[in-house]
Amino acid sequence: MNDWIDIAPVEAVPQRGARLIKTVHGCVAVFRTATDEVFALDNACPHKNGPLAEGIVHGASVTCPLHNWVISLETGVVQGQDEGQVATYPAKVSDGRIYLGAAFLTRRAVA
Amino acid sequence: MTQKLVVIGAGMASGRVLEHLFENESGFEVTLFNAEARGNYNRIMLSPVLSGEKTYEDIVTHDADWYDTNGVTCHFGTHVTAIDRVAKTVTSKAGTIAYDKLLIATGSAPFIIPVPGRDLPGVITYRDLDDTNAMIDASKAGGKAVVIGGGLLGLEAAAGLAERGMDVTVLHLMDHLMERQLDEAAGFLLRRDLEKRGIAVKCRASTRAIVGKDRVEAVLLEGDETLEADLVVMAVGIRPETRLATDAGLSVARGIEVNTQMQTSDPDIFAVGECVELDGQLFGLVAPLYDQAKVLAQTLMDSPAVFTPKELSTKLKVTGCDLFSAGDFAEAEGREDIVFRDPARGVYRRLVLEDDTIVGAVMYGDTTDSNWFFGLIRDKTEITDMRETLIFGPAFQGGAPSDPLSAVAALPRDAEICGCNGICKGQIEDAITAGATDLGAVRTTTKASGSCGTCTGLVEQVLAVTLGDDFVIPAAQSICTCTDMTHEDVRRMIKSQELKSMPAVWQACGWKTSCGCHICRPPLNYYLLADWPLEYQDDPQSRFINERKHANIQKDGTFSVVPRMWGGITTPDELRAIADAADKFAVPTVKVTGGQRIDLLGVKGEDLPAIWRDLNDAGMVSGHAYSKGLRTVKTCVGTDHCRFGTQDSTGLGIKLEKTLWGSWTPHKLKLGVSGCPRNCAEATCKDIGVVCVDSGYQISIGGAAGMDVRETEILCQVPTEGEVIDVIKCVTQLYRENAKYLERIYKWMAKVGLEWIQEQVADLENRATLVARFEVSQSVYRKDPWAQHVGRAETYQPLADLTLEAAE
Ligand SMILES: Cc1cc2nc3c(=O)[nH]c(=O)nc-3n(C[C@H](O)[C@H](O)[C@H](O)COP(=O)(O)OP(=O)(O)OC[C@H]3O[C@@H](n4cnc5c(N)ncnc54)[C@H](O)[C@@H]3O)c2cc1C
Repeated sequence: MNDWIDIAPVEAVPQRGARLIKTVHGCVAVFRTATDEVFALDNACPHKNGPLAEGIVHGASVTCPLHNWVISLETGVVQGQDEGQVATYPAKVSDGRIYLGAAFLTRRAVA
Repeated sequence: MTQKLVVIGAGMASGRVLEHLFENESGFEVTLFNAEARGNYNRIMLSPVLSGEKTYEDIVTHDADWYDTNGVTCHFGTHVTAIDRVAKTVTSKAGTIAYDKLLIATGSAPFIIPVPGRDLPGVITYRDLDDTNAMIDASKAGGKAVVIGGGLLGLEAAAGLAERGMDVTVLHLMDHLMERQLDEAAGFLLRRDLEKRGIAVKCRASTRAIVGKDRVEAVLLEGDETLEADLVVMAVGIRPETRLATDAGLSVARGIEVNTQMQTSDPDIFAVGECVELDGQLFGLVAPLYDQAKVLAQTLMDSPAVFTPKELSTKLKVTGCDLFSAGDFAEAEGREDIVFRDPARGVYRRLVLEDDTIVGAVMYGDTTDSNWFFGLIRDKTEITDMRETLIFGPAFQGGAPSDPLSAVAALPRDAEICGCNGICKGQIEDAITAGATDLGAVRTTTKASGSCGTCTGLVEQVLAVTLGDDFVIPAAQSICTCTDMTHEDVRRMIKSQELKSMPAVWQACGWKTSCGCHICRPPLNYYLLADWPLEYQDDPQSRFINERKHANIQKDGTFSVVPRMWGGITTPDELRAIADAADKFAVPTVKVTGGQRIDLLGVKGEDLPAIWRDLNDAGMVSGHAYSKGLRTVKTCVGTDHCRFGTQDSTGLGIKLEKTLWGSWTPHKLKLGVSGCPRNCAEATCKDIGVVCVDSGYQISIGGAAGMDVRETEILCQVPTEGEVIDVIKCVTQLYRENAKYLERIYKWMAKVGLEWIQEQVADLENRATLVARFEVSQSVYRKDPWAQHVGRAETYQPLADLTLEAAE
C-alpha cells in the first residue's frame, strides 16, 4: 500500500529550511530546498543525534548544527570524511502540498 | 658632475629602470615626464581595478613620497612634444629642458580600427587608468557592452564589465579566442567558461561600422548583423608609440630600433619597453621589459650588459579561467603532440614535442604545473626518459607523491617562479636564507609575485619547502570550497558592485555551488546586512540555529533563554517573572552568567515563543546571548554606592547597552564599564572597555578572555559620557564594516593596527559619518527579536502530529 499522507502546504516549511513531524517513534524532519523539493529524514544526526531540522540547508544537503556533519537529503548518507546514514522516507510535493508516504509510519514501527 | 637624465613616459619599463638606478645610487639627476596625469602604477592590474577587486591606490608602484625621496622632478599630465638632438633638449608645455642622457619609454598606443563611427562618445580603448575609469562609469548605467577583440586585453575587459553588471558580447575576428596563445581546443574551453559567466562570444565577426547619433548606439557587422551597444571597447591590438622618435629622426622600424644595450641610433638616447624593436622583434609583456630595464640601468652606469629576449608565457587574469600558454604550438613536420583531457573537470593539456624537447605547451583548467613545463621549454630539456608520464607533470617523475609541495621541492634552483620579474627559485631561496621569511619580505627583496601576482601561491610553496614547519602557507584563504575568493575579496565585491542579495553575490563572484553551504552563507548574510541595512533582508535560513531561533542550542537539542538585564541591573518584579517562567516551563537549570544576568537552561524548542511572551510581558527582551552581536555591558556600581567610584559607571553601561543592543557584529561583542581604575567590571579584558577616571573616561579596545587572554589597548580618553557613546558607536561601526566574519576586535586590530583605528575615530567628520551609518542600521535592528517571533509561534511547533495515526 502506498497511500500518501497530506501533511501541509509547501509554504509551511521555509525554503532552505525544515519543520518537524511528531510520530510515536520520534521526530521526522521535513526539509524544503531552494528549488522546492521536499525530503523526509529522521531528525537525528548519526554522530550525536543532533537535530538536523535545525541545520543549514544547502543544495540537497543539510549540515548538522552540533558538529557540522553534512548529510545528503536524497540518500541520508553522511558526506565527506565522516560515515553514517540517516533513515529517509518517501516525500513529494503535489498541487502545492507536501505528502509523505504512509508506509513510513509502519516501517518506523518495525524498526 | 651629476648627469641630467630625462625620461619620457612613467610606465612599467622606465619605472623599473629608475628603481635600479636609485638602488645603486647612480647619482643621476632625473626629470620625468608622463602624458598620464600620474606616476607609475602596475598597469597589468588595471583588470582587477576594472572588475572591482582592487582600487587604484592598491596598484600604485611609485607614490609622491618615492619620487620625492629620490629627488625626481616630475611633470605628470605633460606630453613631450619634441626632441632636439642637436641642442640636446626636450620640449613640452613645461618648457624646454636640457638632457645629458635621454630615455624614451613611451609604451604603446591602442590600435583603432579605421571604421566609421570610431570617434563616437562611448567608444573606449583599454590602456590606462582613464580608460578603466571611463568603463567603470559607463557600466554604472548597466546596459549592453560590445568588446571588439578576443585577445588578452579584450577578454579581461569583458570579464570586468560583466562583473559590473553589463550585458557583454565579445567580437573576435578569428576562429577562436586568443588564437595567438591558445589552440582550438583550449580556445573552446575558454569560450565555454566565459559563456557560463554570461559573456556572449562571436567569432569570425568583422566590424563594419559603429553607429549612433550623439553617442554609440550599435555595432554593425559584415553580413549586416547589428548589435545594440551602450559602450564599445576596442581592444584589437597595440602599436609602439614612436611618433616622438620618428620626428627626431631616430631610426624607427615598427618600433624604435635599439641594440642589445638598449641604445638607439643616437648614442645619448636610449629606449625601453613596448616602444622598442630589437632585431625585428616587439615586446608586449612585462617580463622582457624588466630585463631591458636592468640592462639599460647597467648601460647607464657604464657596466654594459646584453639584453637577450627569452621564451615567454601567458596567463589570463580572469577569475575562473585558468589558462597557460608558452612556446610554439603550431602543427608542423616532425612535431608530435601529447594531449590529456578530462572533460568533466574542464581540463586540457597539450605539449608539442620536437627533437625530444618540448617546444610549446597549452594548458587549460589546471595550470598548477605550468612553471615546470615552462622550464623544460626554456631550457630545451631532453624529455625522452620521462615521455610516458610527462603530461602528468613533475609529481609523476621519479614516483614522488603527487602533492604540490613535492612538485615545488623537485624544481631545480634555476626554475623560473616569477615570470614577470624573471625570478628563479634559487633567488627566492637565497632571499629566504637571508631573512625574508614571509611573502611580503620575499616580494620586497626579490620582486617575485609583485607584478601580475599569479605566482603568489608558488612563492609561498617555495617558502614552505625552504622553511619547513616554520612557514605555514596562509591556507588559500578562500571562504570555503564554494568559491576561490577570500572574505576580503567578497566584501570588496559586495561594496563596489553594490551586490545586495545572496544570489547576486553567488553570481558576481562565481560561486561553484547552487546556493552556498553552511560555511559561506552565515558570513555572506552578515556582510550583506552590515553593508546594506536598509536594502537587504536578513535571511534566517543562512544563520546558525542559535541566531535563527534566538536561543542557544544545547547538546540535547533543548535551548537556553537569557533575558537582557541592562547593565546588570534587575528588579524584584523581573526576578519574580523569571522564577515564574522557570517553574511554568519546568526549566531544569537556572544559572547566573558571567555577563551579569540569568540563564534558563533546558527549554524545549517548541516552548520558546511562550516563555518569551511571559518574559516580554514582564518588560524583558532578548539578551542576544546567542548572537554574533552585542552581548552585555558589564558594570560595577560606580558613584551610586561605591566609595571609590569616580563616575556613574552603571548609568553609562545602561546607556551603552540601550544604544548598541540588537546590532550584529562580525563576532560577539562584549563591553565593560568600570567606575575607577580598580576595574571591578573587568573592562580591560572586554572587546571594548571603559574605565572611568576623575578627568573623564578611558576607552580601550581589543581585550579577550577566552582561549586567548588579552588586555585592551587604549583607544582614547574623552571628557563626557556623550563622547564615550559616540566613540564606541564609531568603533563598533568601523569593526562591523571592516572585519572578517568571526574575527573578534583584537584579531581585526592586529591586522589593521590600533593607530589606523585611532585615526578613524579622531577625525571628527569621519566619526560622525560612521555614527550616522551605525544609527541607520540600528533603525532596523534595535528591536526585540523575541517579540517578533512570539507572533510566529506556530513555526516553532511541529508541522504535524502523527502520533495518533501510528497508534491506529
Ligand atoms: C589591461 C592590461 C593588462 C595587461 N596585462 C598584462 C599581463 O597580465 N602580463 C604582462 O606581462 N603584461 C600585461 N600588460 C602589458 C603591460 O602592461 C605592458 O607591457 C607594459 O605596461 C608596457 O610598459 P611600458 O613602460 O613600455 O609602457 P607603459 O606602461 O604603457 O608606459 C608608457 C607611458 O608613457 C606615457 N607617454 C607616451 N607618450 C608620451 C609622451 N610623448 N610624453 C610623455 N609621456 C608619454 C604614457 O602615457 C604611459 O604612461 C597589460 C596591459 C594592459 C593595458
